[in-house]
Amino acid sequence: MFQNIGEMLVLLWRTLQALPQTWRQRRKVSEQLFEIGNASLLMACILSLFIGGVIALQTGPVLVQRGISSFLGGIIGLSMCKELGPVMMAVLIAGRIGSAMTAEIGSMQVYQEIDALRTMNINPIRYLVLPRLVAISLALPTLVVFSVLVGWIGGALVCVYNRQIGISFEAYFSNLQNVVEFKDVFNGLIKSLVFAVIIGVVCCHQGLVTLGGPRGIGRSVTKAVVNSIVLILILDYLLTRVLLYWD
Amino acid sequence: MNTAAPATQNGVSVSVRGLWKRFADQPALQGVDLEVNRGEIFVIMGPSGSGKSVLLRHLIGLEQPDAGQILIDGQSIQSPGVMDRVRMAMVFQSGALLNSLSVGENVGLYLAEHHLKTPAEIARVVAEKLELVGLKGLEERSPAELSGGMKKRVAIARALVIEPQLILYDEPTSELDPLSAVTVAEEIMKLKRRIQVTSLVVTHDRDLAFGVADRIAMIRDGKILFVGTPEAVQHHSDPLIQKFITAEFNQTNPRNDL
Repeated sequence: MFQNIGEMLVLLWRTLQALPQTWRQRRKVSEQLFEIGNASLLMACILSLFIGGVIALQTGPVLVQRGISSFLGGIIGLSMCKELGPVMMAVLIAGRIGSAMTAEIGSMQVYQEIDALRTMNINPIRYLVLPRLVAISLALPTLVVFSVLVGWIGGALVCVYNRQIGISFEAYFSNLQNVVEFKDVFNGLIKSLVFAVIIGVVCCHQGLVTLGGPRGIGRSVTKAVVNSIVLILILDYLLTRVLLYWD
Repeated sequence: MNTAAPATQNGVSVSVRGLWKRFADQPALQGVDLEVNRGEIFVIMGPSGSGKSVLLRHLIGLEQPDAGQILIDGQSIQSPGVMDRVRMAMVFQSGALLNSLSVGENVGLYLAEHHLKTPAEIARVVAEKLELVGLKGLEERSPAELSGGMKKRVAIARALVIEPQLILYDEPTSELDPLSAVTVAEEIMKLKRRIQVTSLVVTHDRDLAFGVADRIAMIRDGKILFVGTPEAVQHHSDPLIQKFITAEFNQTNPRNDL
């Protein structure tokens, strides 16, 4: 495990060193961005709509009973932008995009395509890892912005149309506006940037160390997704602690 | 490995001295010594698992030896800058074309990634190299649409773009029908005549070895058994070598070893 962590840190460092060459890889970055955005935006919106809705459904009736339903906008607003938006999007992207990254790089490794790159003096980190890491680091925070907005709307719809809750759009959004500050949204974006780097590094590293044939690729994909999600959840706690001090 | 501008001089000499490599508990190379002259086609022949491909991977820097040295034109490949000065290319057993790219993009990848030419010039070079290997006009095809023989010829075209001084071929005729195998063998010969490139061919295909080789090395269990001309190999008295080069299917007396 420690060897893997060490290798991933080295991979991250080498990718960061290659960052100045991103402009040369812009075509591949935009291809990856399209891949991530196009594949995930609709799914991210549907997921967020229901996440916002379910928080409203769980908290709404309880708050109504206690006569504090006016806090609903703030509760849903904060939980979406600080926690659920970044974490749920990271888990979704780890499953959808991280798995594809590992499978693609893993099959290139198994079928000697990466060796072929090396023989042409093309650095696989610059050619394969850099565009993916840059693209996911741009795409995940952007998806989180969509997710948070749609989640707020999902929460609002349930708050307004659920008979047990029944508060108005105005009440919901005015409370949300009073409670949620820009730094809360920014807080979530920082988290999502860290999660994006985690997904990119874990999944690309796992692809590069893939051994064996199709079974090896399958094993690598599973390992990459599971490791990404575990790391995301652990780091989420640690980041929350750190960001609380900043608050 | 070779981002230098193409030079006029072609063909390099290769010396392998006391090369050892071990994977886990398995010895792959056990003190390999070889001398390959400039511009010759040197074939390394031996049964599967004898260490041929591992040796080739060491020559192009994909593996690091446990002990020993590889010299190109007298300079160790581990010395700084040597791998950048010498233009080397490898044709992999599977072709190792990038499946996410088209045939044309594969062939032009080296030039495009190192920004050595403009897109128009790259397209011209790609068309020229593909024509050279008999695959004119296939630039837009995907590697998945090609047959095994075509993939290997695309891989040769990709290697040619580098204008190599040393080409390494890993089992260039494996999985090919006899006609495709002959075409690939002819390509190897043509390249030697045209650009005087040094070629190292790893194979267990006897027809290819005796057809194209200037000299042949027989390898078994990571050790070189013999190095000589194709005639010398054919007339060598070592029973292991004779067994390998004369093995034939015999239903009445099946062999259990090699």
